[in-house]
Amino acid sequence: MPWRPPDPIRVYQLLPKTNCGKCGEPNCMAFAVKIVNFETQLEQCTPLVEDPNYKQNYERLKSLISPPVKEIVLKSPKKTVKIGGEYVLYRHELRYMNPTAIAIDVDDSMDKDTLIKRLQMIERFEYDYVGQKLKLDLIAIRSTTNDPKQFAKTVQIVIENTHYPLILCSLKSTVIEAGLNVLPLEYRPMIYAATKDNWREMAELAKRYEAPLAITSPGDLSTLVSLAKTLGEDIGITDLALDPGTFTDPGGLAYTVKAYTWLRYKATYDLWRYSGYPLIGTPISAWSSVEGEIMDKMWWEAILATILMTRYADLLIIHSIDGWVLLPLVMWRFQLYTDPRKPVAVPSGLREIGSPDEMSPVLVTSNYALTYSLVSSDVEKAKVNAWLIVIDTEGLAVDVSVAAKKFTGDKISEIMKSHNLDQKVKHRILIIPGKAARASGDIEDSTGWRVIVGPMDSSGIGKFLEKVWTPDKIKEIMSQ
Amino acid sequence: MNKEIEKDEKQEARAKEQAVVLGLLSKIVEVLDKGIVELYNVELELDEVTLQIPQTALEALPVPTAVVPQKPAEIAKPGVQAAVGVAKAVEIIGKKIVELAKIAFEEPKLKFTGKVVEVKMGATRNEGGSRDKVIVLGGHTCPPYYYLAGYKPPHPPAFGGDTFDMRIGLPRAVKRVFGDALGNPVEWAKMWVDKFGAEAIDIHLVSTDPSIKDASPEEAVKVVDSLLQAVKVPIVAGGSGDPEKDVLVFRKIVEAFPSEGLVMNSLNLDMKLEDICPYIGKTNTAVINFSPMDIDKAEEINRKSYEWIPRERIILDLNIGGIGYGTEYGFTTMERARLSALIGNELLQHPFNVGAANAWGAREAWIAMDPYWGPKEIRGPLWETLTCIICLLAGADYFMILHPLTIKVLKALREYLFSEPKPKDPEKALNWLSAKIPVI
Repeated sequence: MPWRPPDPIRVYQLLPKTNCGKCGEPNCMAFAVKIVNFETQLEQCTPLVEDPNYKQNYERLKSLISPPVKEIVLKSPKKTVKIGGEYVLYRHELRYMNPTAIAIDVDDSMDKDTLIKRLQMIERFEYDYVGQKLKLDLIAIRSTTNDPKQFAKTVQIVIENTHYPLILCSLKSTVIEAGLNVLPLEYRPMIYAATKDNWREMAELAKRYEAPLAITSPGDLSTLVSLAKTLGEDIGITDLALDPGTFTDPGGLAYTVKAYTWLRYKATYDLWRYSGYPLIGTPISAWSSVEGEIMDKMWWEAILATILMTRYADLLIIHSIDGWVLLPLVMWRFQLYTDPRKPVAVPSGLREIGSPDEMSPVLVTSNYALTYSLVSSDVEKAKVNAWLIVIDTEGLAVDVSVAAKKFTGDKISEIMKSHNLDQKVKHRILIIPGKAARASGDIEDSTGWRVIVGPMDSSGIGKFLEKVWTPDKIKEIMSQ
Repeated sequence: MNKEIEKDEKQEARAKEQAVVLGLLSKIVEVLDKGIVELYNVELELDEVTLQIPQTALEALPVPTAVVPQKPAEIAKPGVQAAVGVAKAVEIIGKKIVELAKIAFEEPKLKFTGKVVEVKMGATRNEGGSRDKVIVLGGHTCPPYYYLAGYKPPHPPAFGGDTFDMRIGLPRAVKRVFGDALGNPVEWAKMWVDKFGAEAIDIHLVSTDPSIKDASPEEAVKVVDSLLQAVKVPIVAGGSGDPEKDVLVFRKIVEAFPSEGLVMNSLNLDMKLEDICPYIGKTNTAVINFSPMDIDKAEEINRKSYEWIPRERIILDLNIGGIGYGTEYGFTTMERARLSALIGNELLQHPFNVGAANAWGAREAWIAMDPYWGPKEIRGPLWETLTCIICLLAGADYFMILHPLTIKVLKALREYLFSEPKPKDPEKALNWLSAKIPVI
């Protein structure tokens, strides 16, 4: 049986039931419903958190909605990254919670300049998408020297030059310990990794420094979960993460997909606690295991990361810092972790770009957030004053909404009427996206306005208007 | 005057840049057979001209003489504190632990009762057609890539190459690969099959669109005929997307080739299904039913078409957007539909088609960006490849692909994913931890 949210009645019974409204909801029952839908947090109910009388109920509520995949927090003094905390195997069963964290590696053989340059590149990585800034999350420090002092020195340089939380990577506990020793107390790094050979020493470090601990047992799931049981239950380390191994040989890749799938299935469907930890993937393995040239390794790394992200990885360690490898990953991650219950949409209506007047062009687009943000920024860039009709395509992009009959003349007409567009402009011309060309007849029929089909991509709007939107042309179109 | 010269110089510089990138791309194509290996060498040469020269700095630094641990000042000696910590931890571990627990990982037990139908693309001579090989899709009784013991996925996914019956706007990465063949679907298809290993050919009969060339159904039949002559793989014949015209075009095509096992791409609810399905039903043609990201409508169109077309001749297309452009909708719709099919929903028990070319609708796949994001000639095929991989994991069966590199990578990946799930060198898996990896 897969994980199911608790009944709202059960949640309600543990709430104060005073309907005080401090959480912003009209009553406790409404709050309970929001809790089981993960639309609000228990902490919004301040009496529950602050009143000692409710302490026990608060704890019970927390356990009632605790995820089958443990949530782990990594910290630097300035940044917190959460991984895991997942409830479901399939996105449509609820939603995925904490986006897969992306760590980029540095190593202790890098000279200081290389190190600092690389850290700066990692921190500066940023891509604007639907009004969001897509970024990287963590720094993974590897030890190629296996020398504790050298590792400690590197960790020192890293923390002086980055705000990002860390993963300390080595199988030698003395190396890890040297790294941990350098870190100020505000840090909460992850230790990578305990194996069947070093688990006692690593467990000791994880306890002493209260650091989350990764476990790896490549190619052997039974040992992996045995380690999880020993470290989690017997030694009492609560914050563990599992890495079943990222392989790049034919049988190995199949094994990797199998292992991630089985681990997450057992956690979310069988509620089996020994696999109920965040999963770590290492696309960086491509660099040590794929034969061939660097370009091959980079393609492989992008492929492995895409597969692992889609198949449940909560944290990925990657080596490539090149934009073309990382860009599709951060974009796919954003999409995968959106709430499937809510379309990524902006409100429909009439927008003004610049200061449009009675002779400014009227453009039409969909209310898919990405489409809208691209179109409006392209029109702004073209320095054009324009009216922009945003129709409710239920969050679908233009081509898809045309195919699904959601980009219709009736919807455009409705917005034109409710905003009195016929009084705002003198001409009677609509410019629709090139991808909506097929709908132009329907739009002319519903609105009674002339339709011009614009460019296929909104990046061409500036040039298109330069050509089409001249007084002569407008006259010509209107007299047709 | 000066401005003119400046402009010319700029244009020349841009042209040079483009030439370099195009050279790079032709290199990709050249080395498709050998892998993408040589591309990097080319780029290294490029680096000297246009980009920064990679600095590899792999020498170890001299070992520092002292490391000062940052511990709170009030704690007297870090050594002492550490020792106490060790003692405490050892105490905890020592008390409780003798040996590592030994528990077995039992494989998940999944119970599914539904089965995805098997759909055949193409027909051999024995079957009344003229194909050398046919493709069978579907037959699944388990979600994709679960690797349960004893379950062998009946049919792996297949990859077809896109062609168009007239010149249309295509990304330059694609134009560069196919060159002059782009004006001629027969040459294009031959290149796909002979050089790039396409397993089927998708012909998109765009010219039949009333708002483009309004080519007649008879002309469309001629194009399909020439392809059937030119290549011996299954053919997927696609219309223009005009629901009225497609009905006419599809009817002529299936009447002309009733036993070739063609696949018609696609039927949708805007069409008068009663005007086309009966004709398809009389032949051995398969169809792709198109229901963009909508499970209810997928059920509806399937239910309607069952009246004339046997279930095992229907493929379902739930649509996909390139990464960043609605991919998650298509992905989740496919996952939901496949699970529902396996639980027993007969209306959704069909293999999935994916129009991977949609990946190129993502702006990042074709637009020139700041050099940090890499040349669009690499971003494009990568975008298509990764979009396909996402669909593959959701259970997609047939892929219509625009760029040869995508097919190349996916064929390799298919071989990997269909191998016995067992790593060759598990002990080498952690080599990355201390490997010297070049920094670019």
